[in-house]
Amino acid sequence: MGGSNDKIASDILFEWLLRRGDTVLVLGHRVSEWCGHSPVLEEDIALANVALDLIGQARMWLSLAGEVEGKGRGENELAYLRDAWDFRNVLLAEQPNGDFGKTLMRQFLIDTFQVLQLKELETSADPRIAAIAAKAGKEAAYHLDRSADLVIRLGDGTPESHRRMQDALDQLWSYTGELFTSDEIDQAMSDAGLAPDPASLKSEWQKTVDEVLAEATLTAPDSAFAHLGGLTGRHSEHLGHLLAEMQFLQRAYPGATW
Amino acid sequence: MYAQMVKTDADKVRDISEMSPEERAFQERIDRGEKIEPTDWMPDGYRKTLIRQIGQHAHSEIVGQLPEGNWITRAPTLERKAILLAKVQDEAGHGLYLYCAAETLGVSRDELIELLHAGKMKYSSIFNYPTLNWADIGAVGWLVDGAAIMNQVPLQRTSFGPYSRAMIRICKEESFHQRQGFDIMMKMAKGTEAQRRMAQDALNRFWYPSLMMFGPSDKDSVHSAQSMAWKIKINTNDELRQKFVDQTVPQAEYLGLSIPDEHLTWNEDKGGFDFSEPDWSEFFEVLKGNGPCNRERMDARVKAWEDGAWVRDGLMAHADKRAAARQAAE
Repeated sequence: MGGSNDKIASDILFEWLLRRGDTVLVLGHRVSEWCGHSPVLEEDIALANVALDLIGQARMWLSLAGEVEGKGRGENELAYLRDAWDFRNVLLAEQPNGDFGKTLMRQFLIDTFQVLQLKELETSADPRIAAIAAKAGKEAAYHLDRSADLVIRLGDGTPESHRRMQDALDQLWSYTGELFTSDEIDQAMSDAGLAPDPASLKSEWQKTVDEVLAEATLTAPDSAFAHLGGLTGRHSEHLGHLLAEMQFLQRAYPGATW
Repeated sequence: MYAQMVKTDADKVRDISEMSPEERAFQERIDRGEKIEPTDWMPDGYRKTLIRQIGQHAHSEIVGQLPEGNWITRAPTLERKAILLAKVQDEAGHGLYLYCAAETLGVSRDELIELLHAGKMKYSSIFNYPTLNWADIGAVGWLVDGAAIMNQVPLQRTSFGPYSRAMIRICKEESFHQRQGFDIMMKMAKGTEAQRRMAQDALNRFWYPSLMMFGPSDKDSVHSAQSMAWKIKINTNDELRQKFVDQTVPQAEYLGLSIPDEHLTWNEDKGGFDFSEPDWSEFFEVLKGNGPCNRERMDARVKAWEDGAWVRDGLMAHADKRAAARQAAE
């Protein structure tokens, strides 16, 4: 089986890969909901491009997850035929789009994390992970350039754009803590030299976020409270609806090829 | 064809002897196959007609994101989702390209968008039809992009330089989209019974609206004659429609689908198919705003524009602040 990795149990690696794949799949789905509805034509193009990158990343992570699992499931079986409790994305990714400011802030907070994590993953002891990270890392760097720049412009724009960006930050802040939680899966991955411990990325993430927010004249809420659950399959009400839409054809017409 | 029934302001096509010297020189350049560039002299009618035509084409690309976007979140596989996203991104890119081409004629993108939202400019009638099942995404690529290509390939040779160059690039992407659409139709037509039913249903609903994309017969139209003299229209609507039918019928046969036209027959003498005309009263109703989705499409575009006003204002305000800071530092 091409899925073997002598450094770690395959069920642990599988779970970890789902966290990567599901987060970008769900986020990519959310971003794609903007198609044709964005504030300006250039953003229609940019949002479609970001969604496309994220779906592409999801395909790579989920294909590898299926390979590691070794039960014959591929990217589509994993994306379309699991229910919400088997999804392992962070709660931040599934938060509804809200206005453009909320979509953008969610993107910025995740992009910052993605850039740091993917950079570390490029030196993963598993060459398959390193290869995905190398490709996805370039995309994430571009996504962060864009989202950070727009957060600054809109944070320090008009009073209304400032208020909306501050609202977005206030609404989403308590979902950022989950990015840095570390459990036995992260520990095992880290011990095997396969992935960084997410907790180790926190200070660097905080630094980038603080710098951007300062330039954007925005203030992060003074609260360390974190909503948790996405990474272990306990999601918000939103994910079920997202999946009902995404999985409709595969569920309604089982066995068809498309 | 994303521009339909574009008016020219002409009441007749004038003979070269009736033209002013400037106009005559202009017409002679066109007749020699030269490209007209934005800074060149051009008759007012030429400029206005091109703004209408290119603007209508650009609006079609933008509104055209909506029926396809309707299935992005429900695409049946991740690969199909990625292909559709890339396609819709291309359409937005075409819109951008075309608005830029129109801007070289002295009209801004915002002005054109305001005219669209005020109902003073049109977009292609086809995008007022709904996408009801997944095969519609195939049908849009196969038939709608197919019909668009029929018109846009000759327009690569159009007389206005920026429009011609935009068309060359757009055509490359459109033919890719058409192949992708046909590929979806193949999968559906060769798939389960339910998928075949979706494919036939999509063809039934999109066939006549696709024929309408070329516009009513214009063999007696002054506007078309003037546009053809200016080489901003290359073929008549009937020529293009015939070509489209002749190309598409064998493809439908290959898919095992039936064209919903009992009068469709091969005509040996003309070397093409005889086929039924679409219901032109339906076409004019759609143009008047009474298509199945006119209201939804325009509401969606206006809502996106209005909801996005704070973003555009915020970006402008920030740019002003930066410019002021730069000036203060100097």
